[in-house]
Amino acid sequence: MSEKKKPILVVNNLKKYFRTKKGLLHAVDDVSFTIDEGRTLGVVGESGCGKSTLGKTILRLTEPTGGEVFLEGEDIVSMNEKQLRKTRLKMQMIFQDPYSSIDPRMSVAQIISDPLKVNRLCGSRKEIDDRVDRMMDVVGLAPRLRDSYPHELDGGRRQRIGIARALALDPKFIICDEPVSALDVSIQAQIINILMDLKEEKGLTYIFITHDLSVVKHISDEIAVMYLGQCVEKASSDELFSQPLHPYTKALLAAIPVPNLSKRHARPTVIRGEVGNPIDPAPGCRFAPRCDFATEKCVGRNPELREVANGHFVACLLHNGEM
Amino acid sequence: MFMGKKSSRSMSPLQETIYRFSQNKVSLIGLAVVILLLLVIIFGEFVTPFENGVKQNIRIRLQGPSAEHWFGTDAYGRDIFTRVLHGTKYTMMIAFPATFIAEVIGIILGACAAFYSRWFDNILMRVLDVFQAIPGQLLALAVVAALGGSIFNLVIAMLIARIPASVRTARSIMISLVGQEYIDAARSYGSRDYHLIFRHVIPNSLGAMIVSMTINLSAITLQVSSMSYIGLGVSPPTPEWGALLSEAREFIITAPHMIIFPGIAILLTALSFNLVGDGLRDALDPRLRD
Amino acid sequence: MNTSNNMLLKVENLQVVYKARRETVYAVNGVSLSLKKGETLGLVGETGAGKTTTAYAILRVLPDRTAKVVNGTIEFEGKNLLEVPENLMRHGIRGEKIAIIFQDPMSALNPIMKVGDQIAEALKFHNKEELSPEKIEEQVDRTLELVGIQKERKYDFPHQLSGGMKQRVVIAIALVCEPVLIIADEPTTALDVTIQAQVLAMIDELREKLGTAMILITHDLGIVAQMCDNVAIMYAGEIIEIGSVEEIYSGKMQHPYTTGLFGSLPDLEKKTDRLYPIEGLMPDPTDLPTGCKFNPRCPRCMDICREVQPGFSVEGTHRVACHLYGGGTGRETDE
Repeated sequence: MSEKKKPILVVNNLKKYFRTKKGLLHAVDDVSFTIDEGRTLGVVGESGCGKSTLGKTILRLTEPTGGEVFLEGEDIVSMNEKQLRKTRLKMQMIFQDPYSSIDPRMSVAQIISDPLKVNRLCGSRKEIDDRVDRMMDVVGLAPRLRDSYPHELDGGRRQRIGIARALALDPKFIICDEPVSALDVSIQAQIINILMDLKEEKGLTYIFITHDLSVVKHISDEIAVMYLGQCVEKASSDELFSQPLHPYTKALLAAIPVPNLSKRHARPTVIRGEVGNPIDPAPGCRFAPRCDFATEKCVGRNPELREVANGHFVACLLHNGEM
Repeated sequence: MFMGKKSSRSMSPLQETIYRFSQNKVSLIGLAVVILLLLVIIFGEFVTPFENGVKQNIRIRLQGPSAEHWFGTDAYGRDIFTRVLHGTKYTMMIAFPATFIAEVIGIILGACAAFYSRWFDNILMRVLDVFQAIPGQLLALAVVAALGGSIFNLVIAMLIARIPASVRTARSIMISLVGQEYIDAARSYGSRDYHLIFRHVIPNSLGAMIVSMTINLSAITLQVSSMSYIGLGVSPPTPEWGALLSEAREFIITAPHMIIFPGIAILLTALSFNLVGDGLRDALDPRLRD
Repeated sequence: MNTSNNMLLKVENLQVVYKARRETVYAVNGVSLSLKKGETLGLVGETGAGKTTTAYAILRVLPDRTAKVVNGTIEFEGKNLLEVPENLMRHGIRGEKIAIIFQDPMSALNPIMKVGDQIAEALKFHNKEELSPEKIEEQVDRTLELVGIQKERKYDFPHQLSGGMKQRVVIAIALVCEPVLIIADEPTTALDVTIQAQVLAMIDELREKLGTAMILITHDLGIVAQMCDNVAIMYAGEIIEIGSVEEIYSGKMQHPYTTGLFGSLPDLEKKTDRLYPIEGLMPDPTDLPTGCKFNPRCPRCMDICREVQPGFSVEGTHRVACHLYGGGTGRETDE
């Protein structure tokens, strides 16, 4: 734990709004965080909370509406196409759907070598082949699958291809967008182990986006909880699970079905209502309509994300000393 | 549901398609007819010289099918078998290039519309709306009326009539492809736009485009024939199928063989292209069958 | 509770195959299970384990063209469902006594029909008591309230409802005829955690109130722990372990596959460095291994496992099909 802190990614006030027929959708609204090299930030939230958009906006796969993203001190948001392509060599993404995220017309070897080819990184054919073999080995794909096509493989193997492709450029930083949610439990665990091993070996930094709290706890050093486009709580993984502060985080934790009999038939406190959508949101806490502790103070002004304990940030008036 | 396929033998998507197509008997018959047509175009001269189809001989006019003249003779005593056989060439000389060029233009414009900014897509779509507000047949007629009825002009006419539809098809296929995550993935590892278009979008659209091409081929065959039939296609001595029908019109009662054989040729050709198209579609996406 | 008239459903040696053009998929290979009135059985397994096929076979909704029940009996209230004529199945059993809740609420509802009408339709189809339209309307309102939706929303179309609400409507359709058995096929997989918790709590409450038996198909051992009385774990078309929740979660015997499933889950209460997944993949259902079907992936595989299919080792109501616990006590195999 005594390693010196060196931020690899700094995100300041990142915003991404989408124009929809009903109004402006605040998919990511004023999110800021810093990740130190070699650490993993877990981003948790339910569907529609903006976690996937956050990942894509950091990579500029969708253009941010506002804010700054610094990768090793360089501002990604203000880069031109050429600089961006160069910077993207350092950051890669692993996608959620192992079925739509790889080109069905390419063989395994072609998919993994494509990043090398489009960036003209390897000179000879042999160099490329060697690298493909090495990547396949790293993610545990048998060499005989080299010339297989994606439709012949199951979800777990396809996801390994996706990981090998992301690793081909030897990035420092990888955004994992729900990399295991489409997979069966036993395959999920295989993929998670691969990701954890890679982190150890290569000192990778991850943003791990997921809706699955048990997975995120397992893999992350720090966790940010998102609700309707905003980060409502951020803390170290252990702290967040032992001392959740935001009522939403608490509800989220209580809602996980635990695979043992300790909580059997002890009805968890269920939060009412459904996740809304952040179209033209009025100022104020977005969780307030579902929150048991909400008062009139929660409406009208956005709660600030404040540090309430060492490294523990929460955006809730209950813990900001304002109530 | 089914996973862990036997991995002894890998088939590329292309090989899979060919394999599945080969399992479909009806489509294979269609393909056989199409191949026969191509052979006729190339070797027709050896089967029966073109000379037989233009040489007039009033003494044997309007004879029914016989051992000497398989399909009988027409009003000028010309051998109808020869004329139908060589007519293949003229019909296909229009249908093939027109379809091919229409598809290529469709792919290029469709890819641009799906890929680039919204305003380009908007403008393109509105232009196509204007074109499609006029029936294709009418448009083709207008072109031929203005330019005159040569084979080249017919190709132009068919193109103008067909391009809007093929651009639309290509565009909708490609819009669905651009939304796929692997496009995002390719962009995230530094692919330029032309990489995305030529390596991912176009190869993945080809299957569907080939299907639409075969359907177009049959439609154009019919359209070319119908234009010649009303006298706005290839000029009379040329044995284009539609023109043959047109010549036979007066003799429909007295010499029905004159209309039957070219009619069968047109029907068979259009049907075969459709069969091949259907077979390809099923072979490309086996799920569609259930 | 051991009297036989308490028995609701008894499936015996069920075998289902799918015939594709050139291959035969062995989807369910000799499944036996039983369910008492008011009981909840969790059917657990991964993709391709045969859970859904088993459920569809019970309801007799397998695709006619490809699927075939090769062997077995399904006894429901004393009748063998496999021999009941289709029109009796349609009027009187399916939807009326046995209802199903599908995984995906989006595709289970008709998008161009008001949700109230969809619930009423289910009721009208099985309208044996010849209820008047007013009575039907009343019943629809009551069922909607039961699943926690205000009755005014019956005039909404599915797209006007959120995912959780849609699943509630699907459940309302299943409940409106007051069935004695509900088959819930991954009812909350498509929902968010907090919504899942709401829906599960609701299902639990309703089951208690109405005394309906349920087969809950899921891959989530957490949901099973929370909801079920008994659990059957399926692998490659077979039940490899069956027993009460207590026996499965903390019994003396445990099938290595079950151990693998638990090991694959990150523990929320302890910090673990590594997960212990099951290596390898589900076997090809067209070409299943001989002996124990789990043997190629099993960390404790012995010679006998590759040759002989294990029978059940029994301890109370707990049954495990594994050679580690004896297992050799003969088991019918139809190979």
